[in-house]
Amino acid sequence: MTAARQDIGTTESARDYVTHVFAVADAEFHKLMHDPLELFSRAIQPVLWLVLFGEVMAQVHGITSEGQRYVDFLAPGILAQSVLFVSIFYGISAIWERDLGVLHRYMVSPAPRSALVLGKALSSNVRALSQAVVVYVCAVLLGVSMDVDPVHILAVVALIALGSALFSTFSLIIACIVKTRERFMGIGQVLTMPIFFASNAIYPIAIMPAWLKIIAIVNPLTYEVDGLRAMMLRGSTSGLGLATDFAVLSAVFAGLLLIATRFYPRMTE
Amino acid sequence: MSAVPVPPVIETTDLVRRFGDLAAVNGVSFSVAPAEIFGLIGPNGAGKSTLIKMLTTLLPPTSGRARVAGFDVSKAPAQVRRHIGYVPQLLSSDRELTGYENLVLSARLYLVPREQRNDRIEQAIAMMKLGDARDRLVGSYSGGMLRRLEIAQSTLHQPAVLILDEPTVGLDPGGRHTVWDHVRSLNRELGMAVLLTTHYMDEAQELCHRVAMIYAGKLSAIGTPDELTRLYAPGGTLDDVYQNIISRDEAAGP
Repeated sequence: MTAARQDIGTTESARDYVTHVFAVADAEFHKLMHDPLELFSRAIQPVLWLVLFGEVMAQVHGITSEGQRYVDFLAPGILAQSVLFVSIFYGISAIWERDLGVLHRYMVSPAPRSALVLGKALSSNVRALSQAVVVYVCAVLLGVSMDVDPVHILAVVALIALGSALFSTFSLIIACIVKTRERFMGIGQVLTMPIFFASNAIYPIAIMPAWLKIIAIVNPLTYEVDGLRAMMLRGSTSGLGLATDFAVLSAVFAGLLLIATRFYPRMTE
Repeated sequence: MSAVPVPPVIETTDLVRRFGDLAAVNGVSFSVAPAEIFGLIGPNGAGKSTLIKMLTTLLPPTSGRARVAGFDVSKAPAQVRRHIGYVPQLLSSDRELTGYENLVLSARLYLVPREQRNDRIEQAIAMMKLGDARDRLVGSYSGGMLRRLEIAQSTLHQPAVLILDEPTVGLDPGGRHTVWDHVRSLNRELGMAVLLTTHYMDEAQELCHRVAMIYAGKLSAIGTPDELTRLYAPGGTLDDVYQNIISRDEAAGP
């Protein structure tokens, strides 16, 4: 415990810190490049949601406001969902690494624990951004009027990076608590669905019952979806305020990063 | 040895680690000199792994003190980590990366200066004879190659002390001798101190300058392999020493 506490206060130069974060993220990137099949298999789920769910639900009236097609409303929600789904099982790789012994290597290295957590969080961006490409292509084919303003696309990239970093760090914390793969699989399923359904991803907050509205408002995914909806669709505006979206996502991520930095080293004890 | 006393590279004083009621390590004091190869021997569950975890800062001690490379493991864990190399019992190379990529990862984690990174990696690859396998995924390596890669990646930063947890388990005789040769040359050529744990008495006899026997969390005996045989099993082998000490300690109770 003492050791772990003091690590948080470890001071190293900004340059060394960046080297450490990059070392972790780059290694994850190379691993993914050795086995890119995963990226393709992950592309199936968002396509199914957009094409099947989207087409059928489009027949139901009253979900979206007058004049907005349901598939337009749905596309950013499905992108946020994909970001959540690829990130939420991230912690299982941490458990794998602990079981294999790879985690020991990170933990005995001089890299500050927060740099290790941050490196892992950044590496989840690659998977999440590849999902964005899939959703964009699919949305264009479905005739969604996408916003192609480069600044807005950059904002989408930033939102995805922040969202996947947030949910993968959350996942890492869960892994640190449950410690085994079997338990993680169970918990992962239990967490994913409430986060997804208690958000504005596939229906607006306005049509939710009051109690669900409260959950949706404290759910970070709601802010991810809100930001994406404003930046991805031509002529749409944010319901909660883009600044609020970024502020909430950043604050939650910072909090989770602090918690994970405390918990992560205990996995090797 | 010079007349000026050289500070030990590892020094523990009454080191204790408890898990609930169980004292896995129960008041261990010993020291390892620079450039020494030091072996820790003991049965499974004797406390070797717990001791190693404390020395590598993975586990904080319950009480007592441990200094590694001049730094206290509780007060300056980050400094300790900078100055040690560690090859865990569970191999720590990433199987989904190539040998070369694993070395790059370690060089960055240990902050080997960028301008020296490539040279050090190439030297390590040459020294550990991994040239043909450098761009293959580590998942396809043999046990001996894995150990060599592990040693290479944990010594890129030229640590003051290399800690090896059962470095030759599961290796064929050829592989074991290769690992011994590499440990010896790191020790001789770079002056690296080595602390290793082992079950194999021939390994301790052959490789270690001094050994310590650990049993039920306590050090039972410490000395050069020859000193220990003279004291505990005259005319016998280190294996006899081990058996004699264990039966003596078992008789004495915990």
